[in-house]
Order: sequence, then C-alpha cells, then structure tokens
Amino acid sequence: MAEMNTENEILDILDIADSIDDGSQQYLTFELDSEHYGVEILRVQEIKGWGSVTSIPNTPEHVCGVLNLRGVIVPIIDLRLLFGMPFNAYTKTTVVVVVKVEGITDRILGIVVDAVSDAYNVHPDMISNAPDLGSIVDTSFIKGIADIDECMLMLLDIDKLLSVEQIG
Amino acid sequence: MSIDVTQFHGVFFEESFEGLDIMETGLLSMSQGEIDDDTVNGIFRAAHSIKGGAGTFGFSHISEFTHGLETLLDQIRNGEREATHEVIETLLSAVDTLREMLTAVQNSSDVDEEKVAQVSHALEKILDAAVAETGMNVEDTSVPDSDESDTTETNTQQQSWLIHFKPLPHLLQTGNEPIRMFRELAELGELAVNVNDEELPPFTDLDPEICYFSWELTLTGEMDEAEINEVFEWVDGDCELTIERLQENEASDSPELLQEQQSHDKPEVVEAVSQPMATDLASIAGDAPSKTPIKNDVAPKKKTVSSDASTASIRVGTDKVDSLVNLVGELVITQSMLGQIGDNFDVSMLPQLIDGLEQLERNTRELQESIMRIRMLPISFVFNRFPRLVHDMTSKLGKQVELVLTGEQTELDKTVMEKIGDPLVHLVRNSLDHGLETPEKRLAANKSETGVLKLNAYHQGGNIVIEISDDGAGLNEEKILQKAIEKGLVEPNESLSPEKIHELIFLPGFSTADQVSDLSGRGVGMDVVRKNINSLGGAVEVKSESGIGSTFTIRLPLTLAIMDGQIIQVADQRYIIPLISIIESVEVDISKVKKVTGKGELYKIRDEYVPLIRLRHVFNLDGGIEDLEHGLLVIVDCEDYKIGLFVDELLAQQQVVIKSLETNFRKVKGLAGATILGDGTVALILDIAGVMAMHKEPSIIKQTSLKSVV
Repeated sequence: MAEMNTENEILDILDIADSIDDGSQQYLTFELDSEHYGVEILRVQEIKGWGSVTSIPNTPEHVCGVLNLRGVIVPIIDLRLLFGMPFNAYTKTTVVVVVKVEGITDRILGIVVDAVSDAYNVHPDMISNAPDLGSIVDTSFIKGIADIDECMLMLLDIDKLLSVEQIG
Repeated sequence: MSIDVTQFHGVFFEESFEGLDIMETGLLSMSQGEIDDDTVNGIFRAAHSIKGGAGTFGFSHISEFTHGLETLLDQIRNGEREATHEVIETLLSAVDTLREMLTAVQNSSDVDEEKVAQVSHALEKILDAAVAETGMNVEDTSVPDSDESDTTETNTQQQSWLIHFKPLPHLLQTGNEPIRMFRELAELGELAVNVNDEELPPFTDLDPEICYFSWELTLTGEMDEAEINEVFEWVDGDCELTIERLQENEASDSPELLQEQQSHDKPEVVEAVSQPMATDLASIAGDAPSKTPIKNDVAPKKKTVSSDASTASIRVGTDKVDSLVNLVGELVITQSMLGQIGDNFDVSMLPQLIDGLEQLERNTRELQESIMRIRMLPISFVFNRFPRLVHDMTSKLGKQVELVLTGEQTELDKTVMEKIGDPLVHLVRNSLDHGLETPEKRLAANKSETGVLKLNAYHQGGNIVIEISDDGAGLNEEKILQKAIEKGLVEPNESLSPEKIHELIFLPGFSTADQVSDLSGRGVGMDVVRKNINSLGGAVEVKSESGIGSTFTIRLPLTLAIMDGQIIQVADQRYIIPLISIIESVEVDISKVKKVTGKGELYKIRDEYVPLIRLRHVFNLDGGIEDLEHGLLVIVDCEDYKIGLFVDELLAQQQVVIKSLETNFRKVKGLAGATILGDGTVALILDIAGVMAMHKEPSIIKQTSLKSVV
C-alpha cells in the first residue's frame, strides 16, 4: 500500500490526479499471443525496439542474452519462452520492456513481448484474485486479473516472475 | 534549525582511524628507542583530537577512555615519565581498544566491555604508580582538563555553577560553535543562558565570522567542575572562561575557580591553584573507567543515527582533482571545436576533423588515466600494518627482526589493495615464523643477531611488483621434498630442481610446520595465497637459497576494472580472453593432435601436451569451425596448467572495461564478466579456470566433438 501512496503523491504533484486519486494504479499492458498482461508502470524503465543481443552460453532457452543499455549490462528474457509458449519469430512490433525487479538487490531486466498496447488505470476494486488453474499453469506470479473493455488483463508480479531462481 | 551532526560522523571516524594509525606508528618507533619530541607530540595530538571529536559527537565513553590515555601521554611529553617497555605496550593495547570502540560505534555494535575495563585498569595502574613513585612532584603535572581540586572532586550533589564564557573574536572561525557547547551543558543539568551583546556593532559593520557575544551561564545539577571543563576543552585557548560555584562554600573565593583554561600552556597558573590536587590525580584517572557504564547508557541513543558510516570513500589529493578539471576543460574545448566543424562540414575540412578526432582520442585517454589515478592509493596503506605485526610477532617468537619498507609511495588500485592485504600478511607471518631464525641460531650461522625483513613495491610495465624478502634460513628443501613424497605428490626417487621443489609449497594442503602454532599453519596455506593472488589476475613466485634467505615476488595488474583483452571469434559470437593469460597462439598442425581413448584431445606443443578445448563445444554454440586445421589454438595459462582453446579467429586486442554480469543477472560458469565493444555490442569475457572446469564436466561437452576430426 505504501507504494500506492507514493504513486499518488507523485501524480498529485504532477496535477494529473483527477482520474486516479481513488487509489488506482497505472499498468502498462502488452500482448503475448493475444493474451493481455500488465505490469505496474512505475516499474517500467523504458521500452526498446528489439535489437540483437549477445547470447550467454549454457543458460536456459528463455534467456535471450545480454544487451548494452547505456553502459549497463542488461539480461533479456523472452517472456513467451519463460511461460512455456511456443517461440514466435520477432516482428516489427516485438519490443523489449525494461523493468526494475526488486529482490535482495534490485536488478534491471528486459522482457521481450509481442507488442505493447496501452497504459490503464486499474482500481483495486476492479482486480479479482488470480484463478487457480491447478497444476496446468503456475499462477503464483499473477497478482490478479482485471477486466478492461471486455478484455482480460493479467497483472503480473514481476518480482516473483523474474526472480533470480525463476530466470536463472 | 538544528544541524544534523551525523553527517560529520564519517569524517570523524576517518580522521580518528588515521589518528590511531599515527599513534600506533609513533608508539612503535618509540619502542625502538626513537623518543623525540616530534613523535610524542604527534601521538599526543592524535589522542587529543580523537578525545575532542568523540566529546563533540557525544561518544562520551570514548572520550573518557581517551582521557586516561592522553594523561599518560602528556606525562611522557612533559618528561615526567619514562616511556618504558611496559608503558608503550599498554599504550599500544589502548590504541587497539580505542580502535575497537570506534569500530563498534561506527557499526552500532557492542564493544567488549571487559576488555575496555581491563585496558582502562592497566592505564590506571600506571597512572597510580606515578603517585607512588614521584610523590609530591605530581603537583607539577599540568594534566589538561583534570585540574580540578578536591573540593569539586568530592562534591557531586546538586549545586549551581556560574560560568562566564567570553570567546575570543576568532572562535567561530576555528569551527567551534557555542550553541553546541551549551547544548552539551544542558545535558548535564538545568541551564540558564544570558547573552551579553554589548559589543555587537551596527549591522553594517557586522562581520558574521566574528564572535561579538559573551555569555553568563547558570548550570544547576549533579556535576563537577571537570565535566564542565570538558565541554569547554575544545575551545581551550580561544576564550576567557571562569567557572564559579554559586553555592555557599568555603572554597568559593579560592583563585582556582577563576583560573584560565590555558592551564597546561601556563603551568605556573596551575601551580598557584592546584596545591590540593596532588594526591588526587590517581583517583581522577581512576574515575574514568568507573564512569564508563553510566555513560554507555547514552550511547545506544546515538546508535541509530551512526549506521550509515560504512559507505566507502577515498581521500583524493587535490592535485589529482585539479588535473581532472584541466582535462575536462580541454575536452570541452575539443568538443566545441568538433561541433564547429560539424556545423557546416565539407570535404575540405576533413584534415581538421581528423585533427580534432585525434585530439579527442588523446583527451579521452588522458582522462581515463587520470580517473584511474583517483582510485590509486599508495601501498603504504597496506604496508603500515606490518610494523605492528612484526613488533607483536617478534616479541612472541623471541626473535629480533628489522623491518625495512621501501616503495611505500607506489600506487595501487583500491580494490586490489583491499584484496592483497591478507596474502601479504600471510607471507610476512611465514617469513617471521619459518624464515627468520632465532638470535642464537643466527649467531651460530655467522649472521647478525637481527634479521632483516624487506617489503618492497615498485611498478614494472602495467604491473605492480611486491617483494617480501628475508635473510633467514631459506626454504628447507629436504623437508619440503620429504613432505611431498609423504603426501604422494612426488615419486620417492624423483630428482627435482630446487625451483621445482620451491614450487611445491604452493600445492594445496602443504605445510612444513611441524605443528600448528598460534602464528601460522592455521589451515591457510600458500595455495590459498596463490589462489587469492591469481584471482586478482596476478602471480606469485618464490626464490630461495639455503642459509641466505627467501624472496616472494608478487606481480599484480594495477587495476581490476580495466584489462587488456584479446577478442576472439567463435561461431557467431565474440569473446574476450584476458591477454595476461595468453601464452601464445598457434595454427594447428594436425599431426600434433593426439587422441586419448578416442575422445579427449591433446595437442603437443614443443615438449608438452596440453588439453585441447573447443570453445564452441563447451559453450554449445551452433556453427563455427569444426576442422582443426582452419582455426587457431590459443594457449592459455590456467593456474598451474596450460590449456589450448580452439577458436575460429583472432580479432583485435584492446583495453576493455570489465562489467559484472551478476549486477542484473547472475554468475555464469566460464565467464568472468562482460564488456562493451566499440560498436556498442556486449562481449563476454572468458574465465579460463571456469572454462577448464566446464571442460571437465562430461555433461556439458557433447559427445559429437570428435566426429569431424580427420
């Protein structure tokens, strides 16, 4: 909740709080195989077009490699492969979303997604718990789901999803 | 409007630790008989600063502890006490204790109270002895800040004091702040402050750095004069100060209460007023430790604010900063020049552009060097610990050793410096314990009683060389060989050159010490020393001659952040091999490739067989050259082995800035890190030892590796 407050404070200062001083959070949404996912917008550092990366030997398939982000070595993760979805050739809309992952130490990571869509305000009331899909899908990294314009948006817990254990 | 003093804690600790180093060095030279005024004054000043600083920041247990130390030092300074061996040893242990106390405060951890009390007691004992030995002469002892009389000493009940405090005009310029002192007084008891602003000039003539005020303070509470004096001790000599007791008391008219605080600069004043204090010196000094627990109650309150002290910092000479400023200035000029050329460029300006780019390159290189120099510290930071180590060890071992330090000003990168300390300590301990003989043995061997241990540092090429040499007995080759045979490292009838025998001491688990002693052989062997040095990209070697001595030579790169790298191509990837590991690169002569059990490959280079490792297999890369004849073999040094890395192509050599993969990802086997190449892409740096380890893991190497070998 503390984070939410900070967000509101920042937005208050920016004087764009009209629509979202009700405790909602902004999410950046993106697509993977026509599924919609969202990450907290404050975690997103930047969005980059897909460029070639330096692959790291003997790492899992979903680790595309590392990229030079203004002098910082940033690992790039293919989210489709991390989710166990089939690999899709990268297209013009393929982008890398660079996010900050909080853990024992904070890290910067890039995730490859099919396309980014929009940023939405999501009010806590709109969020329902992640469904239990049994053993078929591990949903522990989904914080909740929200319905936006008839479209199901899965809100990701990127700290869990992109923890060192998960991606290593 | 209060100022957060915690922001100055870092500087206080830094200066205090420096002060302790000065004290230690001074005491050690005193123990060698160099008792001159400069040394003693230096030690005293350092102690005085620590005491004052600790007082200012409210670390009262530290300032109290230092007080006893200071008293003793002052007596030595005034020639009232001889700096005997016992006194110096006690002072040294007091320095150690003080260092522990400061560290404890810095880390907000607990200090070993028992040890503090023990050392305080030892100090107290020496101070006590003064009374016994010198009797009535003690009244001459112009001990600063403890010149209270017996009347104040005994009476700590509720009482009132009138303090008249008139700072000299320059007080503020010395960085002292009356408000802070008043605040401290307020902690002692109830404080009423009256300011006298008569001397305040009209606003237009006001100089804010001059102190125009004087104060009348009334303090009520349970305190003695010494405690009040302590608050003002830092402005000693920068003010006029009188402290009067307000209560009806037969001593109230005594001149002592009007004394000036410059007492230790003016011994005659003290003499006039301190008749009754003669026998009290000991009890005053003895008071300090008994107060400690009470004062400690104050300490926890401060703890919460002092934990930010661990931030690493470097003190940099202003000359280094100046040169950086100059270089940046030049860079800006070059940049604007290039900007002008770019504004309306045509081909005729090409020579100018090339000139400009050359200048830019030169600027960048110089800037890089200058910035590297900022991280460089003189190796004396590491060497400084050795006088104490040698002092302590020689007295334990009953040996006489002279320590000679040379090249202390040789500069080394801070990160390297931090890591080289332990290996050096180990080597010095070894020399003292095993190398140098006892005086009797030395005399018997026709050598002078005192052994010589030399530490020398100098630059050679892009490396720093550190030599540890002694004129002791040298390595016992027979014993080493015997031990090696025992451990099955060497065949019993094998004949080895002396050099090969000396090398044996670097093997794991090798110790020639007959028994584990307090000083060495605690499981940290020379193999660890070598490993640590290797991990810094350096090397260590030993030369020894029986009866003459041994020399250990350590070679280290100047910095860890930048290294020379060889870029290689394997499949579609470029990697970097640290140039320092590369012995040579050869074209493969297929007739020299030997197979072992049809799978492993060895390459015969001159009279040696080296394992051949195909990087593309170790790293599971697709594509790349499979046919040995079309690629190149890079022979690299891997700790004690040589291995041949088979690569597609050698590209350029260049200096690379090492970036960690762990920051945002994790450690990857076989990789030491990453760097960014000129075109902005990332290239991975090989960790040769890691590659070797991967090569040994069967799961990683695909069984296909030899299919296409002709």
